[in-house]
Amino acid sequence: MKGLKRKIDKIKPQFEKGGRFEKLQSVFDGFYTFLYTPNETSRSGVHIHDANDSKRTMITVIIALLPCCLFGMWNIGLQHYMAIGDADQGLFKLFFYGLWAVLPQILTAYIVGLGIEFIVAQIRGHEIQEGFLVSGLIIPMICPVDTPWWMLAVAVAFAVIFAKEVFGGTGYNFLNVALVTRAFLFFSYPSKMSGDSVFVRLGNGVPVDAYSGATPLGQIASSGDATATMTDILGNPLSMSDIFFGFYPGSWGETSTLCILIGAAILLVTGIANWRIMLSGVLGAVVMSVIANTWASPLYPASYLSPIEQICLGGFMFAIVFMATDPVTASHTNVGKYIYGALIGVMAILIRVYNPGFPEGAMLAVLLMNCFAPLIDHCVVSVNIKRRMNRQKVKNQ
Amino acid sequence: MNRKKTFLPLFNPLSKDNPVIVQVLGICSALAVTAKMEPALVMTISVTAVLALSNVIISLLRNTIPSSIRIIVQLVVVAALVVIVDQVLKAWNYEVSKALSVFIGLIITNCIIMGRLEAFGLNNRPWASFLDGVGNGLGYGIILIIVSFFRELLGSGTLFGCTVIPQSWYEAGYMNNGLMILPPMALIVVACIIWAHRSINKDLQE
Repeated sequence: MKGLKRKIDKIKPQFEKGGRFEKLQSVFDGFYTFLYTPNETSRSGVHIHDANDSKRTMITVIIALLPCCLFGMWNIGLQHYMAIGDADQGLFKLFFYGLWAVLPQILTAYIVGLGIEFIVAQIRGHEIQEGFLVSGLIIPMICPVDTPWWMLAVAVAFAVIFAKEVFGGTGYNFLNVALVTRAFLFFSYPSKMSGDSVFVRLGNGVPVDAYSGATPLGQIASSGDATATMTDILGNPLSMSDIFFGFYPGSWGETSTLCILIGAAILLVTGIANWRIMLSGVLGAVVMSVIANTWASPLYPASYLSPIEQICLGGFMFAIVFMATDPVTASHTNVGKYIYGALIGVMAILIRVYNPGFPEGAMLAVLLMNCFAPLIDHCVVSVNIKRRMNRQKVKNQ
Repeated sequence: MNRKKTFLPLFNPLSKDNPVIVQVLGICSALAVTAKMEPALVMTISVTAVLALSNVIISLLRNTIPSSIRIIVQLVVVAALVVIVDQVLKAWNYEVSKALSVFIGLIITNCIIMGRLEAFGLNNRPWASFLDGVGNGLGYGIILIIVSFFRELLGSGTLFGCTVIPQSWYEAGYMNNGLMILPPMALIVVACIIWAHRSINKDLQE
């Protein structure tokens, strides 16, 4: 390690101002600070320093995502071997099948996204931002396992350029980049992003007779009657624990509520994510599901789901834990965070239950509220200003 | 020099003073009719015809129109021309007329037309007004054609209705981009054109 450090220090002057590779300074800087803690200190004034810079924040989120990621890979293998009627495989075989299936997607997302970020950083002479570290892992996790890699590349390029770089890069995007990627895919290539055949990878395997690749929410949405039960891909009914642990087909990173809760715990203990958004989001979803359930009607089959099922199924928990809490796109005031989170919860269930076009509404709910977050902040701040002005007036009289 | 000046109203709106990407007028119809190239082309011709003729008519009448009712006079002229264009289209190209539906009728609300009548037709001689009308119509049309080219190519894999993406691409897994057909993408394509245009013409950057 010492040798490496010495070597890097030796080539460092070439990347500084006036050096041979001056143009690539931010590339060098990016890798340098990735490997070593910078030892520069501010030269003037009083600054409060925190060890928690954005690199560490991003890496903490990656660690929080790992349980979902690892479980998702295993679940891909499980669903695959169940579909071809050969589920009696070892843990590792299932896991490596899934890893092999999603590795190209993860690499594609990182190469395209980071490539664009590197190029833009060179053009603008900025430092390389770490924002894409998390997006690059989340993007494959919220897409079906069979998403073709070139679609992912197009969507990532679109999202990074039009949702992030044109607004000024990491920290200036008003929409969640990972969700813009998913929305782009969803509206561009609907046949690859929804339906019964994209969430389970069959590969060359021939599925067994009872096989159906529909996700639980997809089954409910297309069932059209009140008594429909959710089943796994072989037609066995799903129990509540199956739903909680995530043994069902879906976008591969977001099926297991347990793993998401582990991730949420990591984020909350380290103080990276905001508990107000998560709490109010879940409460909003519960309230909306209770309302939907109270006036349940066969017209809207998803209204028969109980609140706990609504929360554990689909991408809702993943969205509220990992994407609604994105500090850049969420509301910034504390009151605003409660409103923002609650509205995401309400909208997600509202879209899921009452819009027949979308079996799942978490993505649209978060994107919609991303747009409204600045407005919520504005209202909260101006109400506060008005309140204090009034207080001042009363005192003066 | 003098000759160049005469044709300024014709060439200026094509790039430097483009009604869509510089003045940002007529955006609604640019979003609505650009999913396919054929309607976009027909729309271009219709708008150019209406704009050129109404500019000439208003220019001829410019000394007789009382300023207080000029908007109504302009509207009457434009509406009459739009109805004629609509009828011609229905007679000669019914399919496209159906595809364009209300947007031919809505040419009357196109900001470019009222804008040019107010800004140019009312103050200039007929020949210059004619050139200005043609120039602005074509300037609007160029953008429409570019946007519809990308939208039809990437969204449907066709150009003017003819398939241009080879079948072997589809077999290899290529798919048409459904978002390209939807209006939001037209906005983004227009934005890209503005982006490219302003990086070439640095004097337009604010």
